[in-house]
Amino acid sequence: MNERAGDTVNFDNVGLRYGTEPEVLSDLSFTLFPGSFYFLTGASGAGKTSLLKLLYLAQRPSRGGIRMFGKDMITLPREQLPTYRRRLGVVFQDFRLVKHLTAFDNVALPLRLAGVPESELQKPVDDMLDWVGLSHRVKARPATMSGGEQQRVAIARAVIGRPDMLIADEPTGNVDPEMALKLLRLFEALNRLGTTVVVATHDVHLLKKVPESLIMRLNKGRLTDPTGALKFPPRSTRPMRAGQ
Amino acid sequence: MSTPPFATELADSTPAKAPGPLKGSAAALLVPQARLSGPIPWVIAIMIALVVIAAAGGLALNNLTSNARAELSGAVTIQITEANETLRKQKAATAAEVLTAQDIVASLRVVPEEELDEMLRPWLGDGAGSQDLPIPALIDVQLSSASGPAEIARLQAALDADVPGARVDAQSEWLQPVYSALSSLQYLALALIALLTFACAAAVWLAARSAFSNHRETVEIMHLLGGTDAQITRIFQRSVVRDAAFGGLVGLGLGAGAVWLLGRQFAALDSGMVAGGVLGMSDWIIIALIPLAGVALALVTGRYTILMALRRML
Repeated sequence: MNERAGDTVNFDNVGLRYGTEPEVLSDLSFTLFPGSFYFLTGASGAGKTSLLKLLYLAQRPSRGGIRMFGKDMITLPREQLPTYRRRLGVVFQDFRLVKHLTAFDNVALPLRLAGVPESELQKPVDDMLDWVGLSHRVKARPATMSGGEQQRVAIARAVIGRPDMLIADEPTGNVDPEMALKLLRLFEALNRLGTTVVVATHDVHLLKKVPESLIMRLNKGRLTDPTGALKFPPRSTRPMRAGQ
Repeated sequence: MSTPPFATELADSTPAKAPGPLKGSAAALLVPQARLSGPIPWVIAIMIALVVIAAAGGLALNNLTSNARAELSGAVTIQITEANETLRKQKAATAAEVLTAQDIVASLRVVPEEELDEMLRPWLGDGAGSQDLPIPALIDVQLSSASGPAEIARLQAALDADVPGARVDAQSEWLQPVYSALSSLQYLALALIALLTFACAAAVWLAARSAFSNHRETVEIMHLLGGTDAQITRIFQRSVVRDAAFGGLVGLGLGAGAVWLLGRQFAALDSGMVAGGVLGMSDWIIIALIPLAGVALALVTGRYTILMALRRML
């Protein structure tokens, strides 16, 4: 595989099908660079969520090669996947909060799974909940929270471990425009710290809100590349900017 | 939006790989078990109680057989059939002399006629002591070793020369059918224990699958957030072990109580053979270990079940 040192993700001719159905993703070849901000766009059913599943290691491709953080994910033993999953932060479209846990415990979950001692959890989790504006909802359970609050808990959970890559699936789908903008600023802040950010959205207006972002467009399971920015191997060091 | 509040020390304290198991309260939070509310602890309790009863029965039968064998292993009976009472007594005396000269004979006793009459009275009534009904003379011999075929043949050969018609019988041979029946009962107890063990494992398997299915969503989230199979399995193991421990203790109490009551009933029979089946300290220790074995079985079964379910996930 033609991989360059330091790349966060390399997809090489990746295809994905569920069972005997036709491929939902075909011939995907691209590279994601460290510290970049990507929008993944496309109409509903274009395959955005399927591509994200490959990125957050919930699915293996039917064909092709995937390398993440310099490691071949296709041949990686199943037992080693958690090590790489802990380097990712994921905001799921449906949030996937643990229903019986409080906001605090949901946000603390990645740290507990990573083996952080209980005595060291309180401050970072409290700080993170404060950062997303939920310091007054520490003990609330998901069922008692609004969609926006749940979304912010999901984001806090995704970023508290300071992931190398943040993957967000339609993170602004359930919130008003003002909250959507706040969330985007939050992702930008994280991106400035060096985290690679991938945000899937079908809201084209969102793209212009982050001028520094790079765009990946999916159409019927294939990446369209009108600017040549995502050719594999990439033609330039970094793909085209959203504003270009 | 300001910079996210990452604590730099957090990254330092986070293990790079293979984090340890989630500790008590954190684990209990993730998979809140409706502990002891389901039927499984009670199913385990019933299984353990039945295993305790079956094991106690098997051990008692083993003791009974061992004691009987030990008592009768060197015991031999010499039977002298002679219609003439005088001759019968002479032959018995001669046989006693011949036997005393044998180095394998530790002791002997010519059974008095009155004792023989008393033994036969339940069957023969007052006719037991009648001179019209000749009763063979009996000599109880205790050998210095077990009464094997070689010893029997040697005694028979020694007697044939001086006491023709004397018959040598190993007492243990008379009880061979009883030993066979007791052995069959022991095997039955073992088979019952094996079946109950299998049923117990199946119950735990079903319970673990059900618990996993009920918490599948949480498990998937944990997986996606980097939780390892070992961490997730450990959480379910805790519940399984607690349920099994509860069931084991209750089952031990029920089973041991039933065994104690049965023991009292049999002791009231005042039968010498039944008394040989009394459970000793080592037997009660074995019985006390049954719940521990049950917990270990549940632990292994639960762990294997959850691991298998997890391996079907990526």
